Amino acid sequence: MTATQPGDVRAHRLSSADYADNFSDIHPPLTPHEALVEADRCYFCYDAPCMTACPTSIDIPMFIRKIQAGNPAGAAKTIFAQNILGGMCARVCPTETLCEEVCVREIAEGKPVKIGLLQRHATDTFMEREEPHPFVRAAPTGRRIAVVGAGPAGLSCAHRLASHGHDVTVYDAREKAGGLNEYGIAAYKTTNDFAQDEVEFILQIGGITIETGKALGRDVTLERLTAEFDAVFLGLGLPGVNPLGLDGETARGVIDAVDFIAVLRQVEDLSALEVGRRIVVIGGGMTAIDAAVQSKLLGAEEVTIAYRRGQEHMNASLYEQELAQTHGVVIRHWLAPKSLHVSDGAVFAITLEKTTLDGDGKLAGTGELVTLEADQVFKAIGQTPDAGPLAGVPIELEKGRIRVSAERRTSHPKIWAGGDCVAGGDDLTVVSVEDGKIAAESIHKALMA
Amino acid sequence: MADLSTNFLGIKSPNPFWLASAPPTDKAYNVERAFEAGWGGVVWKTLGEAGPPVVNVNGPRYGAIWGPDRRLLGLNNIELITDRDLEVNLREITDVKRRWPDRAMIVSIMVPCEEQSWKGILPRVEDTGADGIELNFGCPHGMSERGMGAAVGQVPEYIQMVAEWCKHYSKMPVIVKLTPNITDIRYPARAAKAGGADAVSLINTISSIVSVDLDNFAPVPTIDGKGSHGGYCGPAVKPIALNMVAEIARDPATRGLPISGIGGIQTWRDAAEYIALGCGTVQVCTAAMTYGFKIVQEMAQGLSDWMDEKGYATIADFQGRAVPNVTDWQYLNLNYITKARIDQDLCIKCGRCHIACEDTSHQAITAMVDGVRHFEVMDDECVGCNLCVNVCPVDDCITMVEMTQGSDPRTGRPIDPAYANWTTHPNNPMAKQAAE
Repeated sequence: MTATQPGDVRAHRLSSADYADNFSDIHPPLTPHEALVEADRCYFCYDAPCMTACPTSIDIPMFIRKIQAGNPAGAAKTIFAQNILGGMCARVCPTETLCEEVCVREIAEGKPVKIGLLQRHATDTFMEREEPHPFVRAAPTGRRIAVVGAGPAGLSCAHRLASHGHDVTVYDAREKAGGLNEYGIAAYKTTNDFAQDEVEFILQIGGITIETGKALGRDVTLERLTAEFDAVFLGLGLPGVNPLGLDGETARGVIDAVDFIAVLRQVEDLSALEVGRRIVVIGGGMTAIDAAVQSKLLGAEEVTIAYRRGQEHMNASLYEQELAQTHGVVIRHWLAPKSLHVSDGAVFAITLEKTTLDGDGKLAGTGELVTLEADQVFKAIGQTPDAGPLAGVPIELEKGRIRVSAERRTSHPKIWAGGDCVAGGDDLTVVSVEDGKIAAESIHKALMA
Repeated sequence: MADLSTNFLGIKSPNPFWLASAPPTDKAYNVERAFEAGWGGVVWKTLGEAGPPVVNVNGPRYGAIWGPDRRLLGLNNIELITDRDLEVNLREITDVKRRWPDRAMIVSIMVPCEEQSWKGILPRVEDTGADGIELNFGCPHGMSERGMGAAVGQVPEYIQMVAEWCKHYSKMPVIVKLTPNITDIRYPARAAKAGGADAVSLINTISSIVSVDLDNFAPVPTIDGKGSHGGYCGPAVKPIALNMVAEIARDPATRGLPISGIGGIQTWRDAAEYIALGCGTVQVCTAAMTYGFKIVQEMAQGLSDWMDEKGYATIADFQGRAVPNVTDWQYLNLNYITKARIDQDLCIKCGRCHIACEDTSHQAITAMVDGVRHFEVMDDECVGCNLCVNVCPVDDCITMVEMTQGSDPRTGRPIDPAYANWTTHPNNPMAKQAAE
């Protein structure tokens, strides 16, 4: 196959007003009136299913009742007590598969209480009012803990440790703290630099030092950290990206979706960002959705998500799939990438093979091929752990990820871990927050024993 | 189509829905709008003596409590009787009655407790062509400090005396409006009847402080930093009013005395309940003040539809039907046994029935069965109290089912089909006869 026309990748596809509109808050916050009307819908269930479904066990009926009772800042304290990143989780949690899925009003009417938006109302109110930090740090213990990774797991762990009176140093390879909250989440879910505001809020507890630009294995070693600190928490995330394994993967226009999103999150001027006219995103998870929708919002005309299995197998929730579709993204199932078409060092098309499940339920190609023209191909077929920086310190892994106990202890007596880098569990912000919290309590218990 | 027309003391109206004496009936403009919307009658806002009218506060007059979604449940007011000139009111009453001859026009009156005052105003009201008068012995704020309103209504002798004057100086039917701010409503009702009153209407508003402003520590509504008690009305007072109506309806001394029921009527159903307790008409205020006059259409149509469904051709067909079933606790059948039943198909698993029963009552509802969230009544603990029914957010999900056979798993005693009440119960030291 030869290129029919030169690849159309450019910036300034839209007017500046369009960029502003497209990347404004995708779910605008509730007004105080809307929040009161919505809060009134909560039944204050006994042993509430929403609370059980929340990975951080936020007392949802209690915080909603506080909103009802005219105490939204108090509601935020209830949230923060379980989840110090409750503000970000209110924005990014897939509530439709967590708390809101099991809300009894979902069962009764198909319309759950809008728990996510109420949580945002409470936490936003708290932060906008610049209330004093809701927790008081315990007397200093003199213990020092290193946290590697300033993402949700690391920040959650650091805050909880600091609140117990420990001194915490957080190392992060990037320029800014926040991890995926800063570099990975779609821009329209966290506007107005919220991730940095939240980091500042967390640091208000005191006793936490953040050292950015310090990568494990490059600037600090695990060996040194375990020697110098009383305990270490690893919240490394998943730094690698799965390759397609096709020729031409290094061609211009073949891009890791996570990199595309990270650049988009950091760029000052969205209109300066280049985007293709026709885009194919390979994958079926949240990253695929975020990359597809954001490229559409940057002005791409045709955006297709190609996923090698069926709709029911997609990691992205139905809600997120619909979000993509309402933004004009076409989702095609049962298509696996077969070859990239490159001309003059740039991709211009991708051929995919139709797939099916064979008699044993295994994915198999049918031999039928489909070729889609593409100025850009985004790879979003999963992120991978990197055990490299752990070298020199014996830690058990499981399929490349760190093995941890229920208390988030690794096989090394001084090292705990949590978030996406550990084995098992869903790769969700809220799960990472819980990991950090559990690990912090375990570290505290171990150090104070 | 049911016939909703009423004849109350000879006063005819196309339906039993009257607007109570209150702000909605203060002037011709409002009353004509009410009649256009379909109200069967009005009680014109209370007239005072000739001369300089009363003055109202110029700050907030109302306060409220709300339910979910800010639905108004109770309203409190510190407004006084009409603050318009008597002459203007009388002229407007005359005009409106002339234009709307088929609607009931009752005039509420409150003048000092002196014979000359009543003797002076009654002929003037009668000249308007009004169908009757209602004596405001109920207003609990402002006027009561001047020896009127509730200050009269709380003294049965005064009620009787004023009723006698009104019957003496006027041919109009006399309705005495009763205050609920007393210990036993039967005494003022008996006094009204003894004074020759043709009917009573009740309840007037209940003395209340509706809330306290926690920023300036003053009652709401707050007038320049201070507040005084007001009169409470709206849906929240309906249970209190129904009881008082029933007390009068079943009191041998007042049985059969016509009653115009007032208190928290929001829908046709509320009205039907008052009528079932003996009322000949009902009066509405808060619902109109919340939603406007159009609500009378839901009330009238709803009442008509229900009567059709039940086969009642006229209001009289069901009026007072609930009175014989109001009794004293001591006559309730202690052999009647019910158990709560949870409809598992309707249950949304909120668990409120469980926690209400577990924390505050009888530990008779499960939360978990075989490791699964499941709410089920344990008959051996259930006393049939109905709390679970009341706290369940789903209509008809939990019902009380009568046990008619076998034995009560809670007590182990066989179900006794015979009626037996406390007066003969062996545990009652005052039992009138020994139990078998």
